[in-house]
Amino acid sequence: MNKITVIAGTDKNGEREGFGQIDMRLGEMYAVCGATGSGKSRLIKDIEMLVNRDSVTGRRVLIDDSLPVDRQAAQSGLIAHLGQNMRFMLDIEVGAFIEAHLHCRGNATAAVGDVLKLANAITQETVIESDNLNALSGGQSRALMIADIAVVCNSPIVLIDEIENAGIDKTVALKGLLDRNKLVLIVTHDPHIILMAEKRIIMRRGAVRAVKDRSVSELAVLDELAALYLKTSEIQKKLRAGESL
Amino acid sequence: MAVNKVVMLSGGAAVGKTAVFRHIIAAMKTRGIKAAVCKIDCLMTTDGEVYGGLGVPAVVGLSGDICPDHYLVSNLEELINWAGAAGAELLLIETAGLCHRCSPATARCISVCAVDCTSGVAAPRKLGPMLTCADIVLLTKIDMVSQAEREILAYNIREINRTGEIIPIDGVSGYGAELFLERIGARERTDGFIDDTLRHTMPGGVCSYCVGERRIGSKYQQGIVEKISFEDTI
Repeated sequence: MNKITVIAGTDKNGEREGFGQIDMRLGEMYAVCGATGSGKSRLIKDIEMLVNRDSVTGRRVLIDDSLPVDRQAAQSGLIAHLGQNMRFMLDIEVGAFIEAHLHCRGNATAAVGDVLKLANAITQETVIESDNLNALSGGQSRALMIADIAVVCNSPIVLIDEIENAGIDKTVALKGLLDRNKLVLIVTHDPHIILMAEKRIIMRRGAVRAVKDRSVSELAVLDELAALYLKTSEIQKKLRAGESL
Repeated sequence: MAVNKVVMLSGGAAVGKTAVFRHIIAAMKTRGIKAAVCKIDCLMTTDGEVYGGLGVPAVVGLSGDICPDHYLVSNLEELINWAGAAGAELLLIETAGLCHRCSPATARCISVCAVDCTSGVAAPRKLGPMLTCADIVLLTKIDMVSQAEREILAYNIREINRTGEIIPIDGVSGYGAELFLERIGARERTDGFIDDTLRHTMPGGVCSYCVGERRIGSKYQQGIVEKISFEDTI
């Protein structure tokens, strides 16, 4: 596949969205931003479910200009989605969970250890194979979900609904998820992440309000925010260690 | 009008069966499909009020002392006649969802089993004929789990039901309801339900307790009584 197309639906009041369609291609990164309740999560959920006017928004999602014949096969073949869930629900050990997901995704190249290695780089609370999946903390769950998407799924379309939740290392997590050959949509309130994307979708009242390109002057702001993030992380590290500043 | 499709929805307690039907009924109304709905329960249910508010013919059957699945099958003919007389072409039946031994599904109905995503990896294997004989399996509460968990569950279900269609559904937002409706629509109409048969036998009965015995002990037990085996103690 090369691109997906979102065809406009309606906002929360039933009014037509102010665009015809958005074409998104592999290799692009989009930030989805807007106030809480503006429809950010709904937009990426619509894409994950490859909706065909059958969600509350009435949008349609096409792959390479056509509706997928088998939606579920297309979903698990093409899309990896990180929702806002902070916990796993299944009663299974971490190792068995990763094994099962590798198996049902048909991934024969990655191993359980690869997933754990990345998860443990993202979170400081070590996740081990024999842990119970649903007993993991919020930070561990989140780290494992991210590592699963990066290593097990290896899908061309990556949808991320807020990465800044929980105690995870944003830069390590994003490094694992972002890939020049993939299409990435990331819902975020973090201006630093918004500016990492070359394009951004602005949401309001359940509808896409605008799609904007990142300007050259915004690149300078991105550098400032990246430096600020490093500085903040350092301060955070010291405060957590009980040091005085 | 005669009923030409019966959709029988089974599944454990509190998996989201009623929520699914609410979305389906609302979507059917906008498409002009004439439906009637029946809820079978044991002692009490408030689903009648939920369905009553949707503006379609609705009936509640309380099985009382009798197994609700047996009760449903004993009343199926009457329910189909009632729905037809009420002007419905499609009858939706929500089963009680108690024990997992039975499935009241018949050969000519569209058998649907709802499986709760949050119920655990082993849950599908415990569901028995209601899942293994289902034409459509609904994965409910998908908003509560990660994509990975949903995929593993779907995979496990596929292992024990090779032919059924698996449809993920979110009873809160209604995601998946349209697809479910589309798949019901794609199923063939049935000319009639006379001489229809159960897909799976009901459990062997009748023992003393089926007919009201309360005393405990072998000497009070008559009829078909099965005793636990202690040979394979864990």
